[in-house]
Amino acid sequence: MKQFDILEHTADVGIVAYGKNLKEVFENAAFGMFSLMVDPDTVEEKISYELKVEDEDREGLLTEWLNELIYVSEVHEAVFKRFMITHLSERSLIAKVYGEEIDLSRHQIKTQIKACTYHELKIEKNEIWSARVILDV
Amino acid sequence: MITCLEKVSPYCFKIPETYREGMRVPGIIYVDEQLLKLAENDKALEQVINVAFLPGIVKASFAMPDIHWGYGFPIGGVAATNVKDGFISPGGVGFDISCGVRLLRTNLVACEVAPLLKELMHELSRNIPKGVGKHGKISLDRKEMVGLLSMGVKWVLEQGYAWKDDIVYVEEKGCLSEANPDKVSERAFERGHNQLGTLGSGNHFLEIQEVVEIYDKHVAEVFGLFKRQFVLMIHSGSRGFGHQICTDYIKVMDRVVKKLGLELPDRQLACAPISSPEGKDYYAAMACAANYAMANRQFLTYWARQSFEYIFKKSAEDLGMSLLYDVSHNLAKFENHVVEGEEMRLCVHRKGATRAFGPNLLPKDSPYYKIGQPVIIPGDMGRASYILIGTAESEDEAFSSTCHGAGRVMSRTQAKKTIRGDELKRELAEKGAVIEAGHVSLLAEEAPAAYKDVSKVVDVCEGAKLSKKVAKLRPLGVLKG
Repeated sequence: MKQFDILEHTADVGIVAYGKNLKEVFENAAFGMFSLMVDPDTVEEKISYELKVEDEDREGLLTEWLNELIYVSEVHEAVFKRFMITHLSERSLIAKVYGEEIDLSRHQIKTQIKACTYHELKIEKNEIWSARVILDV
Repeated sequence: MITCLEKVSPYCFKIPETYREGMRVPGIIYVDEQLLKLAENDKALEQVINVAFLPGIVKASFAMPDIHWGYGFPIGGVAATNVKDGFISPGGVGFDISCGVRLLRTNLVACEVAPLLKELMHELSRNIPKGVGKHGKISLDRKEMVGLLSMGVKWVLEQGYAWKDDIVYVEEKGCLSEANPDKVSERAFERGHNQLGTLGSGNHFLEIQEVVEIYDKHVAEVFGLFKRQFVLMIHSGSRGFGHQICTDYIKVMDRVVKKLGLELPDRQLACAPISSPEGKDYYAAMACAANYAMANRQFLTYWARQSFEYIFKKSAEDLGMSLLYDVSHNLAKFENHVVEGEEMRLCVHRKGATRAFGPNLLPKDSPYYKIGQPVIIPGDMGRASYILIGTAESEDEAFSSTCHGAGRVMSRTQAKKTIRGDELKRELAEKGAVIEAGHVSLLAEEAPAAYKDVSKVVDVCEGAKLSKKVAKLRPLGVLKG
């Protein structure tokens, strides 16, 4: 199963993340977002952060999760490649994320992501789970 | 596909408010047939309709000729809400709060400069931090940040990074007085304190340009522009600081919408009453981001002037590097406008649209009070940029607003698939433009083919009487993130 697809958007960029359960969808959405920023194969696992995110509903939680990652990535000038969600409910999430500080000699930063939006935000379950988000770049 | 577009004039189309239940006002789109076709290619017109649902919206949900699909509001969207009982929406400003442009003049003519252009671009590239994850040369502590956020460009002047005269040539004299740093999250401080004076990535740039056409001699003279003149354009915003403020307050307003049981067609349109604590707090924080963005462009100006001095061995004053104007194109402002014969205090959201005040609308002490406000339109790096001026007629249209650029026509992913950054760089070099870019694939995303033709867009603005052309500028040197 592929982890995510990139959605065409005139000004910005979207992703649809897939997973056999919600946890996997959230993990793959994060992976997809960082793949837009940098080639994950060039990122090593040198640092990790434990993140805790809360919101009032599932869709809001996904936006909050991605915005949390954007914030952590920007203030620590780091990129991540592995996302392990250890707890996930409708309204809260705990995860450990792995990556390293940006080293411009090895990391080619492709896109800067400003934020994750609520526009056309959708999480659904058909044969598998999927989540669609539009990111402001 | 929107099925009931009414053609009001060759440059104006209308979506009646009866088109969808819940619309409070009609949608008005300033385009000609050709630009309308481009707008119909994505979901931009749907977004014009969605904005018409905003509580307190007056007159219409407007879209400028460079309209394209955004999130919440379309890019090129203008919506005014009544301050008394209307709502304010962070989505109507966007994440890059007070993203804007400024133009610096020089007294140099382009052909004199040509032999030094490469060296100048290299020096600018060395001197100005750009691209992703770059922090600036200055890092401010808490007290300094509070000063900057409260005072904007005035604070930068106090620190010695501006000319005294710069201030009067910045919108609102470089400071939105409503700014209150207490309404800004710790996270925004963390993201913003070390990014000042950085250009950023995406569509932000610094360009060396040549004035190639003058359309209005008198106005050009007042603006200090002449043919073959060498000028400098800076396009940048409020960096991670503004992005975080928008993120924070969209979440706050998402809760307000739920609390009030308000039905909105797009969650990204989250909003709150202007007079509510949430609405007031957002405006106070947004104003801080506007002050940050204007200050940021001032720091970039400082280093650009320094680079010119180094290359031309003359002072920036002797090079005539004065500021023509600095104007934002992502902002909400409190303004008075006449709606159906009645003067109203409005909150005008301009998302990818520029304020374009005609004569006698700027504050009386503004140097452009009599003639009207300069509007700076950045185009793409291969074609052109424009200087426009606000018109008296524009006030009767979309609250004295006009376009903000060319407007994208191709997605970033599509651009990267079809255009090669290195080939593009070579092509532009053949046309005589020097490109300094952090990354060639980013260059492809911003290729001229990814944008509408800016000349077409400004012609439609003129046809619709939103603004008038003053001068056309051609890029000679481009610095990209």
